[in-house]
Formats: sequence, structure tokens, C-alpha cells
Amino acid sequence: MKLVTAVIKPFKLDDVKDALKAAGVVGITVSEVRGFGRQGGHTETYRGTEYQVEFLPKVKVEVIAEDSEVPAVVEAIEKSARTDKIGDGKVWVTPVDEVVRIRTGERGVDAV
Amino acid sequence: MESGDAAWVLASAALVLFMTPGLAFFYGGMDRSRNVLNMLMMNFWCLLIVPVVWVVIAYSIAGGNADASWFGGFDAAFLDGIGITGEDGGMGLLTIAFLGMFAVITPALISGAVADRMKFSAWALFAPVWVILVFAPIFKWVYGGWLGQRGSLDFAGGTAIHVNAGIAALVAVLILGKRRGWPSEGHPPHSMPLVMIGTGILWFGWFGFNAGSALAANGQAVQAFMNTFVAAAAAGLAWALVERVKDGHFTNLGAASGIVAGLVAITPAAGFVTTMPSIVIGLAAGAICCLAVQLKFKAGYDDALDVVGVHFVGGLVGSLMIGLFADPAYFGADHMEGLFLGGGLDLLFEQALANVAAIVWSGAVTAVMLLVLKATIGIRVSEEVEASGLDTAEHAETAYNYGDVSMGRPGAGAGAPSTTTGARDVLVG
Repeated sequence: MKLVTAVIKPFKLDDVKDALKAAGVVGITVSEVRGFGRQGGHTETYRGTEYQVEFLPKVKVEVIAEDSEVPAVVEAIEKSARTDKIGDGKVWVTPVDEVVRIRTGERGVDAV
Repeated sequence: MESGDAAWVLASAALVLFMTPGLAFFYGGMDRSRNVLNMLMMNFWCLLIVPVVWVVIAYSIAGGNADASWFGGFDAAFLDGIGITGEDGGMGLLTIAFLGMFAVITPALISGAVADRMKFSAWALFAPVWVILVFAPIFKWVYGGWLGQRGSLDFAGGTAIHVNAGIAALVAVLILGKRRGWPSEGHPPHSMPLVMIGTGILWFGWFGFNAGSALAANGQAVQAFMNTFVAAAAAGLAWALVERVKDGHFTNLGAASGIVAGLVAITPAAGFVTTMPSIVIGLAAGAICCLAVQLKFKAGYDDALDVVGVHFVGGLVGSLMIGLFADPAYFGADHMEGLFLGGGLDLLFEQALANVAAIVWSGAVTAVMLLVLKATIGIRVSEEVEASGLDTAEHAETAYNYGDVSMGRPGAGAGAPSTTTGARDVLVG
């Protein structure tokens, strides 16, 4: 099993969600996060004073998938989140040792 | 008592009362989220204590003895003998209520400068004592006292309120010192919508402030109303345009700041000038105040929310421009004419003198008051409180509780759920 994590542009969340559903994913977790990458931040001006906003709002999407599904999941996120502009975000995959469905006590792939 | 006059002044008094919550939102939105409740409470504190102080003692000093030049005395303390049974039918009592609203908002104006680091206990003492020692005497001098007798004009409180509070704000931040990390660390507004709604409330209330200051439902009130309308708009326009040229954008904060600067500037002039000069005063105030708010960075005083740049400078602009545009013939009044109406420089000189007098008294007494407070109870919160925010430390409250997982009740016991039913009902229900 793998954990697929993606940090994407917030306005792309709906597209990513739909693409993941279409790829057969049954559950995702999203959180609002902030950070910076190559895109950098932006400036805001209040009463003539400039403020550098270094951490931009992004959405983090997390999906647990069976190993065989991982390429399809990654591709779904990659295609649906892409705008070809700087700041589209990243996807990474990490191994998962164990998954438990709390309600039933199922373990491993059955719990995904 | 004319019923029409009484009706208008009654309504105006309520409008002016609404300005203090409006100011609280205007300032509170500009403040950071961890200090917004402290800012609101500094303003609401004035609404709690100043009305009582006003009727007990401050009104007597400000307006008690009509013949006095410097000090109104104590004869009207506790509003002795003032009520609705006399010949005036209560108009005097109504005027005192109306003016009491001004006494509330004047110290509240200072709160924006001292934001983020003043001990609330020090503010709680400072505000009422300042009304007695600074606001009341200057009010006397300007309205019927020596400055008024010499011929200076101040329709609704440019000198008596805005210049007065503005210089006190400057002195206060000099004694209080800079906030930690100012100016290198940014202090951007936490809620611009709050600033905008505060601005709207202020503008609305200001019609009572200025047009109500005619103390009658008459032509002067109508002209003051129109002037309040157009000067604020012109000033907002000027500030927004200067920012657009200088920084590249039309900003909400620029529009709001300009509106307030225009309202401040037209306050002393509202019942003395006609409509077109009001637009000129507004344009001047908007442009000048937009530049004046940058002074603090050059001079190194941490006027957090620009009380000096907007109220002190805006008040001076309006007050001095009376010396250019005052038109007594139009209003059927017998005061001096402005320079452009053929009156020469006399009125301009009196306007300058009145403001210098207010600056000297307000600056000096404010300094003494704050130095005494500093040496006794202290005026500044600890570094730790400043860093973590004044809302929780000074008021045990948080402005924005977004989640409901972290607030349990003390005494619920170890192992109890962190969110008890009671707390949950409050937060969710």
C-alpha cells in the first residue's frame, strides 16, 4: 500500500477530486495548507506599506491506494491539477505499513 | 424648545454614539487578530466610563460657566439643576447628552495609536482622567472660552477633538515606545471587511456629529450635512487616486482611510463653508493624509493605526482651511471671513493659534499623565503578552474560535472529554 500525497492549487481541488473518483478512488483527505516553492509569494500594500506574503495557500490531498493503483492515481492528479503555470504543486508517494478501518477492525488492503 | 430642533438633536446624538463602535471596527479590522478584542474593548471602555464622568464632572468643566474663559467650574457638577423642568424644556439636558457622545469618542480615537502593547488597566484610568484634564478644558477654550472669544472657529470639533486626540496619540506612542518588531515585522490588517463596515458606520454617524452640531434643524445643519457627504467622498477619491499613482492599486484601506480623513477635515468647517470649498477641503485632506501616514516611518514613532496621520493632520488641514473659506455672509453669521472671501489673514491666524494652544495643553498634560502611570502601575504589557496577544492575556477571550475541539471546561477532570457538552453547546449551538 502507498500513500499518495499531492499539494495543489486550491481552485483545482474539484477537478482533482473528480479525476480521482473517475480513477476508482473511494476516499480522499484534504487539508488547507500554506507554503512556498518556486512560485514564491506575492506582495500586499496597506497604506503605502508593502507586505511580502511568503506562504501561499495550497490544498493538500491524501489518498491511500493499493500498489497496483498508484500509477493511475498519480496520473489522475497530475493531469487534473496541471495548469502549466508555476505553482501547480507536487505529488509524492510514500509506503504505508498498515491501514485499519476503525469501524470493522479490518486490516491492510481490505481497509483501504 | 422647538420640537423640530429637539427631534434632530436627539437623533443626531444617537448617530454620534454609534460612531464609537464604528471606530472600534475600523481600528479592530486594521489590528491583528490576536489583539482585536483589546482594541474593541479600549473603545467600548470609553462608552462605559465617559458618560458617567461626563455628567458627574467633565461637562461642568467644559460648559458649566458660560462666561468663563478657561475653566467652566464645578457649579454644573452632577448636572445640578439641569433637567426638563426649566424654561428650556430640556434642550440644555439634550445638548449635554449630545456633547457627551463627543466626549466618549475623543479619547477612543487615541486607542488606535497605542494598539498592541498598552496595558488595559493603564488605558482604563487614562481615558476618563484624560476627558477631565484635557478634553473638558480645551472644549471650554474652543466653545465660548478664550479661543472662541478671540474669533477662532471649530464647528464640530476639529481642534477640540481631532487635533486634540491626535497630538495626545503622538505623545502616547512616544512614551509607550514601539511595538516589538516594528517596523521590520509587518502588521497588516487582519480583517479588511471589518475596516470597511466600521468606515460605513463612521460616515453614517458623522452626519449626526456635524449636522447635529448646528444644535437645530436649520439651514446650517443642511449645509453641514451636504459638506459631510461630499468632503468625505472627495477625500476618499483623492487618497485612492494618490495610492493608485504611487503604489499601483485602488485599495479598500486607501478608500476607507480617505473617507475618514475627509470626515475629520470637514468637521471643524462643516457649518462655516459652502459645498464647493468642502470638496476642496476633502481633496486636500485625502491627498495630504495619504502622504502623512508615511511620516511615522521617517520619524520613527510607532503610531500603529495612523491616528496622527489621519486625525491630527486631517484635523489641522480642515481647521486651517476654515481660514481660507469661511463664509459668514452665506450663513448669516457675524464671525470673521476667510482669506478667499476677503477677510485677510486674521481668521487663519486665529485658527493656527487655537490649534497651537490645543497642541500645547493636550501634549503636555497627556505626557504628564502617562509618565505618572508609567511610574506607578506601568503602561506597557510584558514582552510575552505582546507576543502572544492581548486578547487572551488582558481579557481572557479569543476573537475567532473556529474549531470546537480545544475548549474544555476547567474542573471537568482528568480523562474527561476535552470538549464538554456545555462548552460544545455554546460553540456549536
